[in-house]
Amino acid sequence: MKLSIIDAARCVGCQSCMFACVRRDNVAGIASSCIFIKSRGGISTGFRVITCHACENPPCARVCPTNALELRKGGGVKLIPEKCIGCGHCKEACIIGAVRWNPEQNKPSICIHCGYCVKYCPHGVLEMKK
Amino acid sequence: MNSDKLLHKVLYIDLTNKKFWVKNRKDLFDKYIGGTGVAIQLLKEECPVGADVFGPENPIIMAVGPLTGVYPLASKTVAMFKSPLTGNLGESHVGGRSAIAIRMAGYGALVIRGKSDIPVYLSIHDKKVIFKEATTIWGMKSSITAGRIMRENEKGQGVRSIMRIGRGGEKLVKYAAVTAETYRHFGRLGLGAVFGSKMLKGIVIAGENTVKLSDPKGFKKLYNKLYEAAVDTSLMKKYHDLGTPVNVMVLDKIGALPVKNLTERNLKGIEKISGEYLAENYLARRIACAHCPVGCIHLAAIREVSEHEDYFHKTTLIGYDFELIFSLGSMLGITDPEAMLKLIEEVEVECVDAMSVGVVMAWATEMFEKKLISEKETLGLKPVWGNSATYMEMLTKIVLQENDFYSALAQGVDYASSIYGGSEFAMSFGKNEMPGYNTGPATYLGFLLGARHSHLDNAGYSIDQTEMLTKDLAPEDVVDKIIKEESLRQILSSILICFFARGIYTIDVVSEALKTIGIDFKDDELLKLGREILSEKYKFKAAEGHSIKDLRVPERIYEAKDPTGKITSEFIKRGFDYASDKLEEK
Repeated sequence: MKLSIIDAARCVGCQSCMFACVRRDNVAGIASSCIFIKSRGGISTGFRVITCHACENPPCARVCPTNALELRKGGGVKLIPEKCIGCGHCKEACIIGAVRWNPEQNKPSICIHCGYCVKYCPHGVLEMKK
Repeated sequence: MNSDKLLHKVLYIDLTNKKFWVKNRKDLFDKYIGGTGVAIQLLKEECPVGADVFGPENPIIMAVGPLTGVYPLASKTVAMFKSPLTGNLGESHVGGRSAIAIRMAGYGALVIRGKSDIPVYLSIHDKKVIFKEATTIWGMKSSITAGRIMRENEKGQGVRSIMRIGRGGEKLVKYAAVTAETYRHFGRLGLGAVFGSKMLKGIVIAGENTVKLSDPKGFKKLYNKLYEAAVDTSLMKKYHDLGTPVNVMVLDKIGALPVKNLTERNLKGIEKISGEYLAENYLARRIACAHCPVGCIHLAAIREVSEHEDYFHKTTLIGYDFELIFSLGSMLGITDPEAMLKLIEEVEVECVDAMSVGVVMAWATEMFEKKLISEKETLGLKPVWGNSATYMEMLTKIVLQENDFYSALAQGVDYASSIYGGSEFAMSFGKNEMPGYNTGPATYLGFLLGARHSHLDNAGYSIDQTEMLTKDLAPEDVVDKIIKEESLRQILSSILICFFARGIYTIDVVSEALKTIGIDFKDDELLKLGREILSEKYKFKAAEGHSIKDLRVPERIYEAKDPTGKITSEFIKRGFDYASDKLEEK
């Protein structure tokens, strides 16, 4: 299963999904969110919903010098935090901006497609898909 | 107690010397929670008695609360300052992304002191404040363009707040606003003019952080309960579907919507500016404040066809709310929805308080109608109810203060009427122009006695609608209810939840929520603290010369009919006497 966007035009920009993602780790805030909502260019223009596309041949993993990003079954990657040196190459490699950076831990925030955020989207923007 | 180190940090910014520093103010946050409770203490520390509202000594305080960024619907920022409009307590609240941005940048409050020698905007990222040149955007006609330029020059997309003023603030219009993001405002009491007096064009603030919890399990459980209450119940549905404009027809039906400066009770064609009509014909998009699933911000799209060129269209998105429909619609007799929306847009561009400027223009219209002023004062304009084109021109003349008359209008209707007469229909209370509720005596006592003279201080209108209509409450009972509600709201604005969520955040929920982040208050302690915070505000007001018995009450409220038929000078006077004993230290 992977996280997918039904219709970004329905997004009101509340960022409840971002807060949900962080809450999964038993803290509050937004510093480690793996999903990201930002306006297209000022809030009157609507929102961009940025999620990991679970690439089958993910560029983020290919550029990782320490193999800290392992291929995940069904697409995307898993982060092995002990191997990560915080170089940030993965972030640069993901041209849709789905590899977010956690400044507190100096490591990438990698979506594991758990679907927790989907439950907190009040306007039906997100879904889990096979 | 609370170990939330982020919240305790207060960022001090000195505009005169272009310096900044951070101080741990655990002392204040432990005692007063956050938001309003902390802001009034910072204001008292920073603002000397008798401060010149436009002097460097008038500080700008902004505060967020412990629930900000933690629980949903806790997305408001409170600002405090000495109000240019009233000369006493200035307090205004804004949503948008402001609160989350301040909290996630790692601060519980900002204190802005002094005055810059050149126009600047503040860029606050990564624990640093950069004083950025704003000379080229100072004087720009549109505050929306100024905001866009700041946006394009700054990082932090998605997690930042961009607050800025327009010409209204730069020209020191005493009810100038500060816009956050676009469509959200520190609207009331003239914070924009305080920014302007400091040559402060705006603030960009962003950050990403996490907040540790003392009871993560309890936190998640309560979070789910609040989230579900927000999205699944009718309580919030009304704010998402039609938004606050749902009130237009509700108030019209009971004859409580102020029309043409309260000279009439109903307006022919009102349905064309109702929440229903606007949603069906113009609603383009709804947006939400950060961390609020409701999405109550309604944007209308209007498409204007060029007179000069075929197939040339201009499409504009305009935020609308009940208060704007009242002040720039019914109060001015405007029922053409597109004309009203364009006027709202122009007020957004100039960045002044929509309620104040609408009420000011309504007063000017009645003055002109009664021949108490002429085209000499208006510089050739002939204000007539419903003529939005004239109001568009009048708005510019007010902002630019083109003559003595328009200068007076830029200082509020209380001041203007003290010079030109017509105070009996100058609709301000405590010098703050009225909001859109002519519901009965409790609403007016609420405006007059509220610490910031806002209908949201104590919701007197709600007492009228739920009780005064069917029962005979004594003025003393009304005042007791007002003080009780306003005290409770001090807690809500100290944890800084949106007042629209007040039905969800009952006092037991508040104490439970605070507990999950390590802050222990019993329900009765919270209520007591709320009352204390209200007293602290009243002390500030008193020190600046505010006195309940001196409040001007425009006679119009006694003549204009209202749904209860119970507004009398005797009622208001008894309310004043009783409130003075309760609220003012002898």
